[in-house]
Amino acid sequence: MTPSAPPAIALDDVRKSFGRLEIIRGLNLSVAAGERHAIIGPNGAGKSTTFNLISGYMAPTSGEVRLDGQVISGLPPFQINRRGLSRSFQVTNVFAHMSVWENVRCALLWTTGHRYAFWKNVDRLPDVRERTAMILEDIGLAARAEVPAGLLTYAEQRALEIGITTAGGAKVILLDEPTAGMSHAETERAVALIRRLTEGRTLLIVEHDMSVVFGLADRISVLVYGQIIASGTPDQIRNDARVQEAYLGVEAA
Amino acid sequence: MSSTPFALAAAPSRRRDALQFYGAWLAVIAVMLILPRAFSSGGALTTFSLMGISVIFALSYNILLGQTGMLSFGHAVYYGLGGFLAVHAMNAIGAAKWPVPLPVVPLIGGLAGLVFALILGWVSTRRSGTAFAMISLGVAELVASSALILRSFFGGEAGVTANRTKLFKLFGLSFGPQIQIYYLVAAWTLIALIAMYALTRTPFGRMCNAVRDNPERVQFVGYDPHIVRYIAFAFAGLFAGIAGALSAINFEIANSAYLGTQQSGVALFAAYIGGIGVFIGPVIGAILVTYLSLVLSDLSSVWQLYFGLIFIAVVAFAPGGIAGLLLRHRPLLRAGQMWPVLRAYVVAAPPTAVMLAGLVLGIEIVVRHTVGTSDDPVMHLFGYSLDTGSPLSWAIAALLTLVGFTLARLTWKHVARAFDDAMTVARAKGYLA
Ligand SMILES: Nc1ncnc2c1ncn2[C@@H]1O[C@H](COP(=O)(O)OP(=O)(O)O)[C@@H](O)[C@H]1O
Ligand SMILES: [Mg+2]
Repeated sequence: MTPSAPPAIALDDVRKSFGRLEIIRGLNLSVAAGERHAIIGPNGAGKSTTFNLISGYMAPTSGEVRLDGQVISGLPPFQINRRGLSRSFQVTNVFAHMSVWENVRCALLWTTGHRYAFWKNVDRLPDVRERTAMILEDIGLAARAEVPAGLLTYAEQRALEIGITTAGGAKVILLDEPTAGMSHAETERAVALIRRLTEGRTLLIVEHDMSVVFGLADRISVLVYGQIIASGTPDQIRNDARVQEAYLGVEAA
Repeated sequence: MSSTPFALAAAPSRRRDALQFYGAWLAVIAVMLILPRAFSSGGALTTFSLMGISVIFALSYNILLGQTGMLSFGHAVYYGLGGFLAVHAMNAIGAAKWPVPLPVVPLIGGLAGLVFALILGWVSTRRSGTAFAMISLGVAELVASSALILRSFFGGEAGVTANRTKLFKLFGLSFGPQIQIYYLVAAWTLIALIAMYALTRTPFGRMCNAVRDNPERVQFVGYDPHIVRYIAFAFAGLFAGIAGALSAINFEIANSAYLGTQQSGVALFAAYIGGIGVFIGPVIGAILVTYLSLVLSDLSSVWQLYFGLIFIAVVAFAPGGIAGLLLRHRPLLRAGQMWPVLRAYVVAAPPTAVMLAGLVLGIEIVVRHTVGTSDDPVMHLFGYSLDTGSPLSWAIAALLTLVGFTLARLTWKHVARAFDDAMTVARAKGYLA
């Protein structure tokens, strides 16, 4: 317990079972405010489940999740989002029948304070219009603004996913494998985009591409079989014997 | 495919869109003013009044189904309660001589719909999908059966009557003649149309679409889908109540049929046949369904069966409804590719008509044989007289259906090919929608 600023995200002995199967088995994690933190680990280790537990998609079976020192475990996702945490999904999860423009706009209506307003013309909100246009420019979809999201290419949908996640201006951003399935060039663009959009925010990212992880992250945690087996700077992780054995060794082979 | 033509077309098309937009509303007002002059018989005025009421009701239903993705089987509850409250309000106002004129009464019906939607909707809007649909059905049954128990309010089988001419008279309007009722309905239809359209263009309206598309993701951008659905439900109740009140004013009665599942079905029918994906869809559907139900019920004793068939046909072949069907042709029209498709339609029309004629003939023959014992066995259809007892009639029906079907199938394949070709050209020219 440090008396100074609490970590942006803290998980305290978090557990999650599906039926009799315990998937998250006493997970401890601490991400400092402003840090870029990557979670790596083999498929099925529980990375996405961890995101689900932090973002309120599911409640932990036991343990505690804190956002800026306040307990958020058990809260519904929209309340966690309103407290400044936003996440993306590993499988693209957008509003398929709505245009790209509408997708991004819906993602920032709450934080711009328009909420459930049924007395304002949504097309005449200068703040909303400017921010939407800015984000579309940022994610490189300005020319595709009118296209239904369901008709975008895969890489475009992933960019939109990041746009929706960051549009509301949340202080803490969770990205679940944002570059999965992308070509080398697309990955580079996506990483540059992530860097830009999460400037000055806290980032927790799940990523399989090791060059992305070691290039982007300030700290790395290794999740294996529902537990963090190591957490440290990229150099510490690279040189950690347990990590090499459990995970990186497999990769190198 | 490049996106440049699209970007270039954007600036001038915005001005054109604005012109089209205000032009459309002016056209609506013009039609409302011209209709009673062009067709001034009492029957026509009643038909138009019923269409207006149906338009409001179907649009209110589409706030749920088309905008927010909630399939309700009990929307008539709010229509009916609006109607009953309107009847009681008319009686109370007339008896107490309050200075409340008739045009205000639909507002009372609307408030009734709103309040009951707020009370009954909280639990059901927690979920969408099957749970919501089932609860809506349960609530509808509950209210419909209460209507038969609480006789003092609902008037039992007979319903409750009112006299709309006994209210405070503004500008000397008695609201006895149907033409005055027509204008009352038209004015409320216009108000409701504008209000419900405006609603789709608000932050709330857009979040309704988001909840419809992906209720899960909505939660991760700060919204509680339950609240979005609840507000949508309240608005739907409000406008349904207005429609019910107008109906009560028109007929000067409210009875349990107002609340029933059949009335709920009317909204679902109209919205779906017209097209739930476009604002204008339920308007088209409501006008068509009202017209058909008046015309068909005169022509055939089994007109509801035809309704069912039309509904099935729309679900199977045009899930976007009539409006969706029309909208699919927009890129062709813009790219100047309509001709080959139109030609294909013209070719497909005669065999399709033959097939339908055969079907109708078959249905009517069967109906005469099984139901219409008191009916004359000779029936008159399309200007011909046929003896339904003779095997010849049966053979004709079967032949028409089969030949029509065989030819129609070929011609519709041709339509599909012509459409695809035209669409390919339109896409190449950059017209996506
Ligand atoms: N809702 C669920 N119900 C049952 N099992 C689940 C559920 N979600 C995830 N799991 C299981 O939990 C394990 C971890 O999944 P996940 O968190 O998606 O792994 P990762 O993202 O690290 O690849 C997998 O074995 C998966 O099958
Ligand atoms: Mg995963």
